[in-house]
Amino acid sequence: MNNSAPLMVVGAGISGVTAALEAAEAGREVILVERDPSIGGRVLRSHNYFPKLCPPSCGMELNTRRVERNPRVRVLTGTTVAAATRDGEGWNVTLKTAPAYVNDRCTVCNECAKACPATVPDPFNLGLAEVPAIRLPHLDAWPQRYTLDRDACGSGCTACVDACEFGAIDLDAKETEETVAVSAVVVATGWRPYPLEKLDDLGGGVLPDVISNVMMERLVAPAGPTGGEIKRPSDGAVPKRVAFVQCAGSRDVNHLPYCSAICCLASMKQAMYVKERLPETAVTIYYIDRRTPGRNEEMLNRVDELDGVELVKGKVGKVERGAGGALKLRVEDVESGRLLEAETDLVVLATGMVSNLDTGDTPFAVHTDDDGFGLDDNAAKLFVAGVARRPEDVAASVRDATGAAAKACVAATGRTQ
Amino acid sequence: MNNVGVFVCTGCDIGAAVPLENLEKVAGGLGVATFQSHENLCSPEGVAVIRGAVEDGSVDGVVIAACSHRAKIEEFRFDPTKVHTQRVCLREQVAWTQPHGHEDTILLAEDLLRMGVAQSQKYTTPGRLGEDVDRTVMVVGGGLAGLKAAQAAAGMGNPVLLVEASSQLGGYVAGLKDLVPEVPPYDRLHENDMAALVAAVEADPDITVRTSSSTRNIDGQPGQFDVELVGPDGTENIKVGAIVQATGARPYTADKLGHLGYGLSANVVTTQDLELMLGSGELKCPGDGKTPERVLFIQCAGSRDADHLKYCSSECCSASLRQVASIHRDHPGVETAVVYRDLRTPGQLEHFYQGVQELPGSLFTRGEVAGVEKANGRLTVNVTGSLLGDDISVDADLVVLATGMVPNAADGEAIRELRDARGRIERKESESQVAAATAVVADLESHDGTQILNLNYRQGPDLPVLDYNFNDSHFICFPYETRRTGIYAAGAMRAPMEPAQAAEDGLGAAMKAVQCLEMAARGEAVHPRAGDISVPEFALQRCTQCKRCTEECPFGTLNEDTDGTPKYNELRCRRCGICLGSCPERIISFPDYSVGGVAAAIKSIEVPDEEDEKPRVLAFMCENDALPAFDEAAKRGFQLPPWVRIIPVRCLGAVNIVWIADSLSSGIDGIMLMGCKKGDDYQCHYIRGSELADRRMTNVQETMDRLTLESERVKIHEVARNDYARIPEMFEEFMETIEEVGPNPYKGF
Repeated sequence: MNNSAPLMVVGAGISGVTAALEAAEAGREVILVERDPSIGGRVLRSHNYFPKLCPPSCGMELNTRRVERNPRVRVLTGTTVAAATRDGEGWNVTLKTAPAYVNDRCTVCNECAKACPATVPDPFNLGLAEVPAIRLPHLDAWPQRYTLDRDACGSGCTACVDACEFGAIDLDAKETEETVAVSAVVVATGWRPYPLEKLDDLGGGVLPDVISNVMMERLVAPAGPTGGEIKRPSDGAVPKRVAFVQCAGSRDVNHLPYCSAICCLASMKQAMYVKERLPETAVTIYYIDRRTPGRNEEMLNRVDELDGVELVKGKVGKVERGAGGALKLRVEDVESGRLLEAETDLVVLATGMVSNLDTGDTPFAVHTDDDGFGLDDNAAKLFVAGVARRPEDVAASVRDATGAAAKACVAATGRTQ
Repeated sequence: MNNVGVFVCTGCDIGAAVPLENLEKVAGGLGVATFQSHENLCSPEGVAVIRGAVEDGSVDGVVIAACSHRAKIEEFRFDPTKVHTQRVCLREQVAWTQPHGHEDTILLAEDLLRMGVAQSQKYTTPGRLGEDVDRTVMVVGGGLAGLKAAQAAAGMGNPVLLVEASSQLGGYVAGLKDLVPEVPPYDRLHENDMAALVAAVEADPDITVRTSSSTRNIDGQPGQFDVELVGPDGTENIKVGAIVQATGARPYTADKLGHLGYGLSANVVTTQDLELMLGSGELKCPGDGKTPERVLFIQCAGSRDADHLKYCSSECCSASLRQVASIHRDHPGVETAVVYRDLRTPGQLEHFYQGVQELPGSLFTRGEVAGVEKANGRLTVNVTGSLLGDDISVDADLVVLATGMVPNAADGEAIRELRDARGRIERKESESQVAAATAVVADLESHDGTQILNLNYRQGPDLPVLDYNFNDSHFICFPYETRRTGIYAAGAMRAPMEPAQAAEDGLGAAMKAVQCLEMAARGEAVHPRAGDISVPEFALQRCTQCKRCTEECPFGTLNEDTDGTPKYNELRCRRCGICLGSCPERIISFPDYSVGGVAAAIKSIEVPDEEDEKPRVLAFMCENDALPAFDEAAKRGFQLPPWVRIIPVRCLGAVNIVWIADSLSSGIDGIMLMGCKKGDDYQCHYIRGSELADRRMTNVQETMDRLTLESERVKIHEVARNDYARIPEMFEEFMETIEEVGPNPYKGF
């Protein structure tokens, strides 16, 4: 491939990392920009992938090695796009990098975290645990470098600086800015869960024992807030009954009109987590359609065969406090109009995915559809990959990202199609 | 390497855990060129110490005794063609997991250093391959995925050869009246723009199209494939660099769907039959020529069915919705009904489903079809488990079976097994051999004539398949990584998918094909050891033609000469080392990973006498999953028994059993092999490494039993990348086993 200005990939979740690596291994210079202090995005918050029930950190380990070995990928973490303008054939992009309070001299020895007196809710664990203000973002974090939540520091505190033998901490570090010229851009800014609080009819944000599917992934992780145990947030009790509410916010004109594509499989996977850890616990999945396309059908078959897992067709309309700490579900069979009632101990809302492009306010002025998902702009050499583009699972995101890398390479080559 | 320098970091508690003088003394006894330490070796100042020794030529091998093999990789990277770099982990394996200053801690660190130096002294630096690479991408299959792949590869600057078996381009999608929506608002039919795509491809100066053509033979390797192409004008021999296979899918055979009424009446048709009618504009019941009052679609016809296709074909729900929408647009007055089990319109296809549901005269009914009957000149479809919980019957004039899709793929490995079995019969081998071969032939005969690519590979003429005849790959994380380097699958032959997905799949596969060529040109391995420049050497004068390497390579790298000698193809190779693990003669070596290198490391371990009561255990760890899991356990404060010595390996399949024998004969009490999950849901990045290790170790254990050496001394542990919490108990349990079986009786011999 001919050499022109580098490509830029915005967002270093599985889609962005994939797009960057596929292009870089093909010989392109790539600048990979990530807002968070480490790469990997949302996939690393999942305990296992469906349908193989294998850990996301496994593939990410390989991708990390690929990044480290490839001199063509420049990874900028803690970095956001401040401005972007079309310039001739490509883009001029202004990047802002957060102050490097902890620099490359960090060896992840953990002495700073031991000394740190301040704690913050752990963003990696969705606020379900407290962590020191200075810390490794999570066990698999790459770059392997601590990060400091400077706002949480006590006035004049230098405990971490004093504890660091390596001179890796500079509390006076400043934000830096640079402008780069790039030939084409892949936007892979990912998604966020539909907010629980908007699902108050289903107890979201109101009842502590109504949790989201993304929280469930953290509960089963050994390094998660409960050490891998599934417990009710309200009283720490082990649930004897768990109910999964599908389409919580999805396929619903009052919330997200689209199907979020992954929630059926995620809940089936989580039902398997529950049965593996708590074999006596009864699991019920309330669904409208069981969407397990392709070879993912195996997941449905496996869950169907599990003792103590029931799949019930019906839309849960209401979750309320029941007697003795239980939760009461009202389930409507939409088409027959019949109403069911059920009790459970823990409700998992299978919340959907919202594109992080939905605000429509991005430096690249990415066009979006009515659902907030990004659209490719060939003329602007601007391509969207992953869940920023549409609701899809990891396998589809990787496919999408590899395709986006191809589109960006073609655009950068300048050959008209 | 001749001049090995040892560079010890004393930071991160390493200095506190192990006195530097002990390490210096060990190094001094090993004839190293230099021994230096730094309190922060990974800092620019520390790295400068190493770089200085490299640049002044005093060392050609660098042993870095510091943190994990996985830490500070970029800091400790030196030109691999000039310097061999060997990591010795004194942080995660010693300082973080052992009591500081303890005698056993020091013994452990000393052993680890000896092992690192011993390997470094055995290894050499690789040269860079300089192969000629042809950058042509051949795309096999001119349907939507293939056309998109051809365009993308050409767009990236590569010449493209597009080969299509039928007489025209366009494939399955060319026959569709409409497409499902692909642009906002996603709720109405999309015009089929296939004709424009075909015209663009045909007009593309960088794309050479060969219709009515197929590949009769493909020899060679990425960058250097020799293709024998057969077409209407005879045979052509063409050089190509990489291949995209996009041979699509075909409908499931409706003849097998008698239980859904197929064959009962001419008015029970398939999706494809209806598509022809919609395309012609004539919607008539084939049995009586009348315009139907109601068309009823039966979903999952042959899919999601243990007796037919176990998987969901992914496309049929949206395909039926598309046909329903076409009928209501082009044939007003005709009612439609769809009987489904789950209506699957994931993502924004939901808008289309909503749009079609709102069409007047379109009915959707959930349930299982119990049967189809003829009644009063119409057809009655009996449905159980409807939404209302009752059994219902729906009358229709035309019943459409939404048949699933079957990949147009061949099972390369099965074909090869079939050919091998026939060969054994022909050669009239022993009676039992012929009987076994006859059984194989009976089992695999259905693969006769299914080959598509016709690769001239020892391991068969086509891509290996995983299940349901879809090709084998790590389909979640690395969906395009097939098991034949330089050959990438795209579209419905790779997984059940809709046209829109297949189009994108073509782009992705083209990306991988172009990437493979660029990496081959740079002399680099592709995934998973992307960028590795070392290749193995085969000391063929000692080869016994046992064929283990040629049979066990998961990537079909090795061909065989007529006498069975392996013929290595470096650009097919993924550098996993499974061939090295397979070879009983130990003739396969990488410059930086070899039987001799690891054997030297094992030999360098100081094994205390029995009366010292200090057992020694070796742990071979997969460097991609088990080792990171161990590192994380170390980060979380796990205390490793001081008796364990860890050897990271490329894959458990890259463990040669001679290492087990060497260990046992040098008095090592137990051996743990920690690698990835095998089986249907394998996690091994080299596909078969864990499975092969398991098979080889079963043989080792049988040998041990014969030698009355307790087979419990060797154990395989499946460790996932996130199994850090299980690591401590694995070591604990294994140490208990070793305590039970007692010291290795060969100790001291």
